[in-house]
Amino acid sequence: MKVVVCCKRVPPTDARIKVASDGSGIDEEGVQFVLNPYDEFAVEEAVKLKEAGKAEEVIVVGVGPADTAAVLKNALAMGADRAVLVKDDAGYRDPLSIARALADAIGAEEGVGLVLCGRQSVDQQSLAVGPMLATIAGMGCVMDVVKVEVGDGTASVHREAEGRSEDIEVKLPAVLTAQRGLNEPRYAKLKEILKAKKKPFAEREFDFGEPRATIEKLSPPPERQAGKIVGDGPGAVPELVKLLRDEAKVL
Amino acid sequence: MDPYEAPDLYRVDEMLDDEERQIRDTVRSFVSEKVMPVIEHHFDAGTFPKELIPEIGELGLLGANLEGYGCAGVSSTAYGLMMQELERGDSGVRSFVSVQGSLVMYPIHTFGSDEQKEQWLPAMATGEKIGCFGLTEPDHGSDPSGMETRAVADGDEFVLNGTKRWITNGSISHVAIVWAKLDGQVRGFLVETDRPGFTARDIPGKWSLRASVTSELIMEDVRIPKSNLLPKSDGLKSALMCLNSARFGIAFGAVGAAQACFDEALRYAKARTQFDKPLAAFQLVQNKLVWMVNEITKGQLLALRLGRMKDAGTVKHYQISLAKRNNVWMALESARKARDILGASGVTYEYHCGRHMANLESVYTYEGTHDIHALIVGQQITGSAAFA
Ligand SMILES: Cc1cc2nc3c(=O)[nH]c(=O)nc-3n(C[C@H](O)[C@H](O)[C@H](O)COP(=O)(O)OP(=O)(O)OC[C@H]3O[C@@H](n4cnc5c(N)ncnc54)[C@H](O)[C@@H]3O)c2cc1C
Ligand SMILES: Cc1cc2nc3c(=O)[nH]c(=O)nc-3n(C[C@H](O)[C@H](O)[C@H](O)COP(=O)(O)OP(=O)(O)OC[C@H]3O[C@@H](n4cnc5c(N)ncnc54)[C@H](O)[C@@H]3O)c2cc1C
Repeated sequence: MKVVVCCKRVPPTDARIKVASDGSGIDEEGVQFVLNPYDEFAVEEAVKLKEAGKAEEVIVVGVGPADTAAVLKNALAMGADRAVLVKDDAGYRDPLSIARALADAIGAEEGVGLVLCGRQSVDQQSLAVGPMLATIAGMGCVMDVVKVEVGDGTASVHREAEGRSEDIEVKLPAVLTAQRGLNEPRYAKLKEILKAKKKPFAEREFDFGEPRATIEKLSPPPERQAGKIVGDGPGAVPELVKLLRDEAKVL
Repeated sequence: MDPYEAPDLYRVDEMLDDEERQIRDTVRSFVSEKVMPVIEHHFDAGTFPKELIPEIGELGLLGANLEGYGCAGVSSTAYGLMMQELERGDSGVRSFVSVQGSLVMYPIHTFGSDEQKEQWLPAMATGEKIGCFGLTEPDHGSDPSGMETRAVADGDEFVLNGTKRWITNGSISHVAIVWAKLDGQVRGFLVETDRPGFTARDIPGKWSLRASVTSELIMEDVRIPKSNLLPKSDGLKSALMCLNSARFGIAFGAVGAAQACFDEALRYAKARTQFDKPLAAFQLVQNKLVWMVNEITKGQLLALRLGRMKDAGTVKHYQISLAKRNNVWMALESARKARDILGASGVTYEYHCGRHMANLESVYTYEGTHDIHALIVGQQITGSAAFA
């Protein structure tokens, strides 16, 4: 079977992000985009499946502007076989539209047994693309997997959820979203980076139609208020409780 | 994990291709995730992080710009960027990779026989075998032509006598490239470090490049087979070719160290308040930060242009000298300024600028001192050699 991994370019989590002057998104000037860390887990898992003989080809698919090519090449250097870029220059694209574009690209491939996504992108954080894609493609979906074993027409996956853990058997083809803990992504070896240049890289168009949602205004989080030291020792506790109740209203 | 964002005011990034960026970013992540968490400990203990060697090898950083024999074969510019990122972590880690790649694998690749290449290069590319480069002697540093180490032919063997000092990787090496005079001419020899008569002793009490091994190599009647001579090594110029390759990497590496210091100083200056204002809002502090980013930007452009010339095969030794000299100087000054901006915090290992500052003092001296490079450039532009 073939494995498709969905890949997005995102700003690094430690980048100093500024909101663009028109408030429509972030100021991309000078931001050095990277492969979304959760997608990295997904790529690593796909490559491991290939190395274990469970997958015959790993295809990475990305939706985004031209420089998304760089993160797709990253995935190729980690061991994926070929890449498909769905060009999209909209600064913000709602999750359903992204999922449709991905489903369209995946639909063009034959023999796809498994689609891996990151659980979320670290910039948009909607956690929606994976399950929406599964719905559109008519595939089963398990989110936040930390272990994947591919069997005959099924996959056994493990996920940690609030207050429990689950072992799930899912019919293939399916969409799985990768959670931290699934694996430790490898570094691309220099030789593989050079090889990646020669791997097939295709571009696709997708008619997104009218945007379903737009960002009206993006704002940085409010500045944190300076802390306040109420007093010292047990004597300060009543005052602290009073302030937490009346001022902070957290009690 | 320490956050890190390299300053790039002139978008030098846009002048790189995807592959160069990818190589840089891979090494940058490796440094953030593997080097930064252990470097403070090693610097404090005065030990080299040997545990990183297998992964450095696996990534393909050893002899990365060489072709064949298990080497990655990346461009010179990509090699430089890789050095930039390694030195962002620590000059000692970059030194290890410089020595192994440019001073040991490069001469074997360039001056070695096919058997020597087969024997050493694949194992060195993975880091399984380590090498060092012995040129400097206790009494001959800037002027290696006066070296006293001698090789004398005796039947099928050469017999080596002499002392090399300040040798990076010395005591952790399997083999030393020893430069010695044979019938009055400087040649390169492969000397396995387990040969009788060969001793490597670490130099104690270093306060710079502490996370790097620096040793003295003592050779007393060390016998090596004649096949250990690097057949194509031909005079001191062969050794200088190695140094040119390593100096090229240092021109980039120094940029990384300076970028690390700038990033740390900027973060600190924004977060630290004195006189009810962030340090970053004071004119004097801004002036220091601007000095740094100004010199870093020039250094980045110098290094990149140097890389492009090396890839085009047109680079001249004096161009490498100019870049090594300028970039190490500006990195050292940047580290000092960062240290200043951090106030007392800057003298602790919790922050990195002090460690970079101490390291860069060695980098300022090795691979041709700052002033020796001035003399090299001076000779080029005036036509007069002013060394002696
Ligand atoms: C940490 C470390 C690692 C090293 N690793 C290696 C290694 O792996 N292999 C190796 O072979 N060497 C290595 N070296 C040695 C290094 O290359 C020498 O230290 C360097 O070449 C300078 O030589 P020196 O220390 O003998 O100083 P000297 O040559 O004695 O110079 C002392 C001072 O005099 C100045 N000076 C010298 N000649 C002149 C002149 N003609 N005109 C004006 N000023 C002059 C110099 O610029 C310097 O300021 C290392 C050094 C250090 C510190
Ligand atoms: C080894 C050591 C021993 C010490 N011993 C003692 C001791 O025994 N007793 C004691 O009380 N203290 C001691 N100190 C503390 C020392 O006096 C302080 O480090 C010093 O006053 C600077 O304060 P700071 O470190 O908080 O730096 P900061 O005040 O935060 O300064 C950081 C940087 O900002 C600059 N800066 C600050 N304000 C301005 C401004 N308005 N305009 C422009 N630039 C500005 C500074 O010049 C510096 O470059 C010691 C420090 C060290 C390193």
